[in-house]
Order: sequence, then C-alpha cells, then structure tokens
Amino acid sequence: MDRILDQVTRPQAAITETVVDCLGRHYREVNQELRRLVDDGAHRLRLTHVAGQRYLGTNLQRPVQITIEGVPGNDLGAFMDGPRIRVLDDAQDGCGNTMNSGVLVIHGSAGDILGHSMRGGAIYVRDDVGYRVGIHMKEYGDTLPVIVIGGTAQHFLGEYMAGGVLIVLGRRLPPGAMHPSRYIGAGMHGGVIYMAGKVNETFLGKEVAVTALSDVDRETVEGHVAAYAQAMGMDLEPLLARPFVKIYPKTARPYGRLYAY
Amino acid sequence: MALSLATASFVIERDPARCIACQVCVRQCANDVHFYDADDDTVRAHDQSCVGCHRCVTLCPTQALSVRLNPLEYRPHANWGPDILRNIYKQAETGGMLLTGMGDDQPQRIYWDHMVLNASQVTNPSIDPVREPMELKTYLGAKPERLEIDDHGDGLTLRTELTPQLELDIPIMFSAMSYGSISFNACESLARAATEAGTYYNTGEGGLHPALYQYGERTIAQVASGRFGVHLDYLNAAAALEIKIGQGAKPGIGGHLPGEKVTLDISRTRMIPQGTDALSPAPHHDIYSIEDLRQLIYAIKEATHYTKPVSVKVAAVHNIAPIASGIVRAGADIVAIDGLRGGTGAAPTMVRNNVGIPIELAIAAVDARLRSEGIRHRASLVAAGSMRCSADVVKAIALGADAVYIATSALVAMGCHLCQHCYTGKCNWGIATQDPYLTKRLNPNIGAQRLANLLRAWSLEIKEMMGGMGVNSIESLRGNRDHLRGLGLNQVELDALGIKAAGM
Ligand code: SF4
Ligand code: SF4
Repeated sequence: MDRILDQVTRPQAAITETVVDCLGRHYREVNQELRRLVDDGAHRLRLTHVAGQRYLGTNLQRPVQITIEGVPGNDLGAFMDGPRIRVLDDAQDGCGNTMNSGVLVIHGSAGDILGHSMRGGAIYVRDDVGYRVGIHMKEYGDTLPVIVIGGTAQHFLGEYMAGGVLIVLGRRLPPGAMHPSRYIGAGMHGGVIYMAGKVNETFLGKEVAVTALSDVDRETVEGHVAAYAQAMGMDLEPLLARPFVKIYPKTARPYGRLYAY
Repeated sequence: MALSLATASFVIERDPARCIACQVCVRQCANDVHFYDADDDTVRAHDQSCVGCHRCVTLCPTQALSVRLNPLEYRPHANWGPDILRNIYKQAETGGMLLTGMGDDQPQRIYWDHMVLNASQVTNPSIDPVREPMELKTYLGAKPERLEIDDHGDGLTLRTELTPQLELDIPIMFSAMSYGSISFNACESLARAATEAGTYYNTGEGGLHPALYQYGERTIAQVASGRFGVHLDYLNAAAALEIKIGQGAKPGIGGHLPGEKVTLDISRTRMIPQGTDALSPAPHHDIYSIEDLRQLIYAIKEATHYTKPVSVKVAAVHNIAPIASGIVRAGADIVAIDGLRGGTGAAPTMVRNNVGIPIELAIAAVDARLRSEGIRHRASLVAAGSMRCSADVVKAIALGADAVYIATSALVAMGCHLCQHCYTGKCNWGIATQDPYLTKRLNPNIGAQRLANLLRAWSLEIKEMMGGMGVNSIESLRGNRDHLRGLGLNQVELDALGIKAAGM
C-alpha cells in the first residue's frame, strides 16, 4: 500500500516533463512516440489535446508518469505493466483492461468494463463508472488489483470477479439513495466488494452475500481509501463517513455440480 | 454408492492361461478397473469403470488382456440405442450435464471421405518428389494488395511495408491445447516437435509455463475470455497471438478448469491462486461486435509493437462466411476456423455432438466469400477440426485453407487412444492429466520424436500427392478446387463445397 501511495504522490519536480501534443493524431503514431520517448529515458510525460486516442500506456513496461489532458480513448492502459497515468478528464471504456501493474487515476467518470481481468495495480476514479466494472478481476501471488470508485457504478459491478478489492464510495449519490447497480457480483467467486451507502439486496447476483465490515475489512477499506484520497487530493474523512457493506462470494466454486461425472 | 442402472460399456477379458498375476494392469489403470485378490492370487476387474483406453492391454507383458464392447445387447431399437439409455440413467443418477472429451463421435457425414484428388495422366506430367524440389513452405499473415518497388538504377528496394508473417516449413501446426487440459510433458513434446519441424504449436488459453518460453518463436499464444496468464511478457514471448472466440467442440459456450486441477504449477502459468476454479466465460467481456473485436486485435498489436500476426479463432457455425469476413475486416492477419469434429479436453456431450458445422463446408464457404469480397489476401485461413491424415490436409488446402491445425492426431501420436474421458483428469497415457504418477508416463523426448515423425510422414505423403497432381508448390494447390471431385454427394453439397462430382 505504501508503495502505491509513494508511486502516486512522490514529488517529481526535479524530473523534467516532456509534452506530447496529440491534436488530430492517430493513436498508433502517438503510442509510437511515447514508446520512443520512454526508451530514450523519459520519466514524465504530459499528453495534451488528447481526444479519443486508444491504448495509451499499453506497451510501456516502465514506471513512467503520464498526465493526460483531454479524454483518452478505449482501452487506456490495456495490458499495462508499470506506468502511472493521471487523466485530468473523463475516460472511456476498457480502462486497465488485463492490466498487470501500475496506477490509473481518473479525475472524472469512466465507461464500461473498467479493470476487466485486471491482475494487479490500482485504478482510482473520481466520479462514476459504467457497466460491468471490475469484471473477472483476479489476484495472483502477491499482486492484488484494487479499484476505488468515488461515485457509483452501473449494472453487473464485479461480475465473474475472481479476486482483488473493489470499493464504491457513492460520493455523489443523494442522501438515502441506493446504488443503481443491479446484478452486483453475478458469477463472483473470489475477491471482495465494499460499498458505502445503501445497497438493495434484491439487486445482488445470486452468488454473493452481504454483511457488515469486520475490523480487518475496515482496515482494508481505510488503507485503500486513504491511497485514493491522496491520489485525488481529497480529504479522507468524508469519504469514510458513510457506513460500508461488504459483498463477498458465497462459494469459490459457483460452477460445481453441473456435470454428470 | 447406489446401484447404477448404467451397464458397463466394456468388458475385460483376461486369459487365465496367460495371466501371471504380475499386477502391471493394476498399477497402470487410474480408473481402478483391475485389482488383485490376494486370497486367490488372482487379478480381477471391475468392468464398470473401464473407459476403453487400452493402457493395460498395451502394457500387459503376456498379452493376457483384451477389452471388448460389452456384448450385453439391448432389445434392438433404431431410436433408443444403448448409448442413449446409458446417458439417461447417468443423468437420472447425477442430475448433471453429460460431459465428454475429444471430438464429435456421431456418424455425421465426413466430407473428406467423399472427396477424391486428381492426378496427372498423359497430358501433363506428374512430378517425382524424391527427385525434384517440392515446396511446402507457407507464410501466414496478411499479404499486401500490390508490391511497390523503387528502382534506384543500381538495385531495387521494396517500398511496400510488409506485415509480420509466420513461416511454416509444412502447412500443419499443432492446435490450441492448454497446460491444464494436457500435461506439461505433452506441452513440451508439442513445443519441441514444432521447433524441430519448423512449424508452430499453440498454448491454448492456459498461459505459458516459464520452462516453455525458450520455444517462444515457435509458439502461438492465445488470448481467451478468461485472460489467464495474459501479460506483456507472454504476448511478447510468442511468435503470434490468437484471440480465441470459439472452439469447434463447444461453439458458443465457455469452459472451466475445476479448482482441483489448478495445481501449484498451473496456478503460476494461469496466474490465479491454486485450487480456484478457472472460468473461461463464453464471450470476451470486451467483445460484442466486429468493432470491439477490432479493438482487441489492435490492443494486442499495440502491445506487441505491430511485430506479430494476430489470429482470431472461431468455431464453424451457420453464418461462418460473413463472420470470417468481419474478422478479416477487423484486422486479423489469420482466421482460424475449428469445425464440428474438433476435439476438446471437456465439453458437454450435447453441445459437442450437435452444435456447429463440419470444417470442410466452412473452409469452402469462407474461402469463396473472402474471394468474392476481394479480401482473401488480407488474412490467411487456418482450418481445424479433425485432420486425420495427410489426405485430409491436402483436401483442406485444395478447398482454400492456407494451413491446418491438428490436435487429436497429435495426441494420438503421443499415445492417446480416443477413450473420450479427458475430462476426468485420469488419462492413463499421461496426456490429459496432471497427476504426477500418470504424467511421467509421457516422456517428452519420445513424445517430441513421435510428433516430429508424424509431421515428417505426412509431409512425405503430401509431396507425393502433390507430385501426382503435377503441382510442385503448395501455393499452386491452395484453393484449387479443380483438384477435387465429390463422390456420393448431392448437388447441394457439391455446390456448398464448390466442387464437381466425380466423372464430371
Ligand atoms: S498385466 Fe497382464 S499378466 Fe499382469 S496381471 Fe494384468 S492381465 Fe495379468
Ligand atoms: S487424451 Fe487420454 S483421456 Fe483423452 S481420449 Fe486420449 S487417452 Fe483418453
């Protein structure tokens, strides 16, 4: 956890920032330039006038810091392994698709299937996200994928989830309002979802159960939310003010007893 | 255990005059069919558990054993055969879906057996492949529309940027089989044989074991819906990537490796915790359209710096021609199509036997469609789904495939006896199992040698057949349906295959 915090917040003023203007450019060209810059030793990049360019950060296997001005296209950080990307606007679908390590910080909302099959690293979203977020995310060895959503999420949150931590803070939900997501954790067989605010239990997938937080859970939530607050430049306390519930899989083997052996 | 109404499929016959009660069969059978009765100093059998894999028959030092179909004859009924009854009994006892392994075992028409090849007589000479060069080299990947060449006066240079290609010495590759569905020794045998024969093997969706990275340049690595073991090093280690959409044995459905088969080593390769179910959902979560497929194809191309061809594998289904066209337009360099008879480590029996179309019809439909749209050059076509012999390969290429994938034939070369029980994880031949006691039965040195021998034998036969047709390069055979004629097919079938009837 400290490592992630450090990665997100370490002051880097001493390191020069290279600006890449993306105005009207195809993603292939932009990504090629980023790769060349990183190969040449760039540590900090600022992408300006980004408008829908896909796959940013995909093929850079270094802990390079990238700031994106504008809205990046789909599959931001797909297969990402190392970079720390800060998006100063909204992001589209497929952020962090099959991501292995690194950090994605989105100062806005993001689209569908954020964190699809993500295996490690962290994704922090300031506002809301679309459908099927955290789908089939899994943990492995000492890597633990973490997604923290500031606002709320659409349907099928944590679908097929096999590992990792998914936290939804519900910041912008009106007081007393329920999270809109239906079929939360459908097919979930690993990992854990924490949601602040009201969750309609009839909206849960049939493979999950809901419970109050234990002390260990509370510590987990506080740790991840603290990292989130720091990355977002927010106060921690209000983020933790609302009571959380824990959503967890009833079994690690939801597909048992299907076959005639 | 409650009494099962399902009678044994096989009976074990042990010749008492030959049996020396050495108990080899007892130790060899993972299904615990044979057992030693100390009171009588006799070896006996529980016929009920026999799957018909012939491990005991092959290893018995005195040839005392034979395994027969159970002669128990049900009252004949053309509609209600013994297999159908057994299936119902099994389901009534368990309440579960019927599972099976390997490809469709039903007597659907095998079109390969209804097509014959041509040979030269008098008017154009045949070629002797022993004496004359015969080219089997095949390149897989998108080909440019035209080549632009700069003439500098003192030489020529190619201006057209070529896209990455796979170079095959023989148009036969080993089809996707994951570490998990088959043993590590089987994977290593395939990797080494592919390296030796100048072709490729395919990881399936199980990731790549660290010990197999050394064969990376002969590896096609899959990216499937579960994304198991998929990370940048994996993508970059392989020679090509394959997005697995579907599989001939179970089109439209996903799969799962049950937790008990996720051993420590497999968990490392798949990058999931030991003992957890590895679920491969039916669709990719990020693919709902051709545009989405394009997005994943280009994500992989970006991740691998446009240095590797990307293949998309689909099952042969009703509308395969437009589907393949969409895949090519999405930017795939290779379209791999797996037919109805394609094998599997585990599939619901009903799906395996009833979903999809034979690969022969799919190749014909796809090749014709891509040609008519003028995009055939934009992707290579790889056919899979039961190539049992070199003649099937020659016919597949004449129908329009660039190369073929083989899997069942490769397993048979390593000792598989088609018992169709791969899903139990108790393969007595050390192939479809992770039990160390069983896996050590397959020595990768011998496995690789047997596979390389098979490829060598088939390439000799392919050259012989090509020579007979007066063709000295596999390029001239590709899509050349004039070399094929149909035997015993109706006009609709002939039209679907795009061939003439024998005698015409
Ligand atoms: S292996 Fe053959 S000889 Fe040995 S116990 Fe079995 S049947 Fe008898
Ligand atoms: S691989 Fe093994 S279990 Fe599967 S059919 Fe062949 S012999 Fe039987």
